[in-house]
Amino acid sequence: MRDTYARLQRWAERKLPSLTRYRRAEPLPIRLHRRRIYIVPSFFGIGFCVLLFVMLIGALNYANNAALLLTCLLGAAAASSMLVAFRSLNGLQLTSIQSGHAIAGAPIQIRLHFVGQGRTHQGIRVEMESQTHAFALQGDEKIRVDLSMATFERGWQALPRIKVWSTWPFGLFRTWSWLYPDQTVLVWPRPEAAGPPPNLPSDDEEQRRQPRRGDDLAALRDYHPGDPTRHIAWKVSARHHGLLVKEFEQPHGRRDWQLDWRQLKHLDSESRISRLARWIGEAEAAGRASSLWLPDEDIPSGRGRPHYERCMNALARMP
Amino acid sequence: MKIVWRREPRHEEPLERRAFDLLTLTIAGVLLLHIGHLPIWLVLVLVLLLVWRWYKRRERSGRAPAYLKLPLLGLLAVAIVTSYGSLFGREAGAALAVGLLVLKLMESESARDARVATAFSCFALMTALLFDQGMVITFLVALCLLPALATLRALEPARLPLSFRREFLPVLTMLALSLPLALFAFVAVPRLSSPLWGAPPSAQARTGLSDRMSPGDFAELLNDDRPAMRVSFDGPPPPNNLRYFRAYVMWRYDGRDWGRSDVPREPAALTAERTIRYQVSLEPNGQAVLPAMDVPVEAPSQGQFGGDREIVAPRPVNDALTYSVTSALAYRLQPELDDRSRRRALQLPGGYNPKTLALARSWRQQHGDDTAGIVREALNLFHNGVFRYTLGPAPLGRDAMDDFLFSTHEGFCEHYASAFTILMRAAGIPARVVTGYQGGYWNSLGNYLLVRQSDAHAWGEVWMAGRGWVRFDPTAAVRPDRIDLGASAVADDRGEWFGSSWLRDARNHWDVVNRWWNQGVLGFSAIRQRGLLSPLGIKDADAEKLGLVLAFGCVLFAMIGLAWALWRQRETDPLRAAMMRLEHKLAGIDIVRRPSEGPQHYLTRAARALPHQRDTLERLMRSYLDLRYAHDEPPPELLSAFRQAVREFRPRRVVK
Repeated sequence: MRDTYARLQRWAERKLPSLTRYRRAEPLPIRLHRRRIYIVPSFFGIGFCVLLFVMLIGALNYANNAALLLTCLLGAAAASSMLVAFRSLNGLQLTSIQSGHAIAGAPIQIRLHFVGQGRTHQGIRVEMESQTHAFALQGDEKIRVDLSMATFERGWQALPRIKVWSTWPFGLFRTWSWLYPDQTVLVWPRPEAAGPPPNLPSDDEEQRRQPRRGDDLAALRDYHPGDPTRHIAWKVSARHHGLLVKEFEQPHGRRDWQLDWRQLKHLDSESRISRLARWIGEAEAAGRASSLWLPDEDIPSGRGRPHYERCMNALARMP
Repeated sequence: MKIVWRREPRHEEPLERRAFDLLTLTIAGVLLLHIGHLPIWLVLVLVLLLVWRWYKRRERSGRAPAYLKLPLLGLLAVAIVTSYGSLFGREAGAALAVGLLVLKLMESESARDARVATAFSCFALMTALLFDQGMVITFLVALCLLPALATLRALEPARLPLSFRREFLPVLTMLALSLPLALFAFVAVPRLSSPLWGAPPSAQARTGLSDRMSPGDFAELLNDDRPAMRVSFDGPPPPNNLRYFRAYVMWRYDGRDWGRSDVPREPAALTAERTIRYQVSLEPNGQAVLPAMDVPVEAPSQGQFGGDREIVAPRPVNDALTYSVTSALAYRLQPELDDRSRRRALQLPGGYNPKTLALARSWRQQHGDDTAGIVREALNLFHNGVFRYTLGPAPLGRDAMDDFLFSTHEGFCEHYASAFTILMRAAGIPARVVTGYQGGYWNSLGNYLLVRQSDAHAWGEVWMAGRGWVRFDPTAAVRPDRIDLGASAVADDRGEWFGSSWLRDARNHWDVVNRWWNQGVLGFSAIRQRGLLSPLGIKDADAEKLGLVLAFGCVLFAMIGLAWALWRQRETDPLRAAMMRLEHKLAGIDIVRRPSEGPQHYLTRAARALPHQRDTLERLMRSYLDLRYAHDEPPPELLSAFRQAVREFRPRRVVK
């Protein structure tokens, strides 16, 4: 008995993947095909059917062949709209998903890439967590659909089920399919609201590390994306292959923040993460360089948006 | 007065301009199709409302406020009740439906409103067919389905932009593709053997034959070119002088009108000699009679014989009807005349037409019992040149036949038939008037006889001992060409009504199409449906068998449709197709090619997973890479070898 059931379930999962296996995520790309496209009449479709039936009975009762012919024509068109409805989803493919960044609690942007089957797909709606976005596709065109997803806590968060549906062409039938991509997005930790500034290194060390103060030119280094253009040493760069950037000594009080997991021993790990997140955010806001030491990652000192993202990603990934 | 249109609530899908325009067009089409039977003031008001609403919404969207909508609704109801007497019934119902539809447009602001209005338009379109099932109207109704379906299509979000005219093209394609299924369903849907509820009363009075006749009645009819019926013969058509189609037999004369005998009797006895079989497709005429050639031997299933072998239908013919009849061209009808019938066949009202009666009595004295002699005398009277055939005779007084025979001398078939019969009766010979059609136009293109309303005719029948009722056509005595050439040839005072020959040809072609429509579509009755399956060996297909046929056919159509829906472009590159086949085989044992995986990596991975088929797979991989990358155009023999190898490859899972 149990064997039979298991066999039946295996068969059903093989034949109707999105009906039984919808809880299991599947890898991209996901292509919609006949085994995972469902179709039922919409409310309007049911009403239209009733109307057609009334017209049929009327035509038969009055032996009115012209009305009967027209009723049959309308009925046949309605029935064939079901096939068109199926074809509007058939062959549609979700090729890739990109996600934006968001701290826990804020919505995160999800970008879905769809590609068609070389013909026209119109009136297709993508629905995720009660947001709907409609699009049309023509030929081999690719299309991006931007949706946002609510986040709750830091770390990897799986995408919810996505519904692709359509009532094309006449709104008589509703055809849909579930997409459950095997894809997770990284949610950043929420910084604590308020707290102490980071413990700065001792003055001696500072003196030793920073022999001179002020905005004086200290050295030249290679250009990295994100460096302010006014720091580019144009004259020197002209004699070299790449661009060179003037590096200035930090003025006092704008030293590197060397943020360290180990300095916050008195806190539990989530509090440590949210405090570090706040410091990183403050450093980024102030344009201050910072470095971050975590048990499984050591991020050297840096500045700018890519550095901020790298630190936040590392914090988000903490166990 | 400034009218504030209510802004629509947020949560509803708004109605786009294009969808609204299409909806307006649909409703305008409905209005146009109903224009024929709506009161003109209602049409004007509705058109004005429609145009006003459309114009208004171009500037600003918004619903009509309730203080405007409700009074309009009330006004509509009151107007319909005052002009039709009721809100229900066919005419009033149609007017109400069209009015409500226009009012619905006033408040259509969301996609839902537009859907409801479109569905209701489809219904209102169908009701137009209750008034007229003609081919042109049906075609126009079908045409109005285009904007209706285009409206539904325009309500969908995210469509590719289309120009207004191109909106109809996809819908037209779809309707055209659904036509085979529609035709099949039309043929196979089981018809009701009896109506579930009463059929609507007939449309407005049509001109046509009637069961009463008074001289001068036909004048309007004889100018009417509309087809009355079309007759196709099994075998050669009979000559023109035998083409008499009897409809009514009139016995009673009250000095002015001729009327039918209302005494129910058995059909008169008939000895038939030369029979001919033919099909008649009758246009709707609102009369409960089926004209048949003199004299029908057996009644068609749609009607039954009256006492004088006229075929009576159970109800007035309001829809096109096709029936088959067998008639005798040479016959003896009612050889024995009983006393009651003889009395009725001699009945004359007292105090009318004294001169006519005197003339007849003088013939009687002159010829004695020689019936044929008296008949010849009467026909000679009409033939002697004084009488003139015209469709516009002078009006007649109280003693109508005296006036006609002795003073005006002009008239058409009714006058002659009436005068002839009265003369015979006055001379003591049983006689009666028969009305129907005579002649017709032979359409050699469609191989049928077209009988128009203008071919309506009246003639006399005289009972002769031993011969029964014998037809005498006094009109033929006046104008033999009326009988030989048909009514239109004699109607010279109307001039040529179809100018040139090509126009006449066009008319005949058009008539063939109309006949096809009447016979093939409108005349497709429950009886013809039952005979539908006889070529397949199934006699008398009842509703159950037809239902089966319908179900089978629908499944067949569904399969064709599904094949189309699931059809995918075949891979045209043979090498790619062979590779896909190999991938499919390997995927069967869970070695699935990843989207980013190249052929070399994939087949190497497959070879690792299937160690005992490693050699085969590596050979396949090498030859694929060779074919794909070493040549511009893969050599055919190598390609076919590769395809052969793929075909023979059977992946076998390693048993551990």
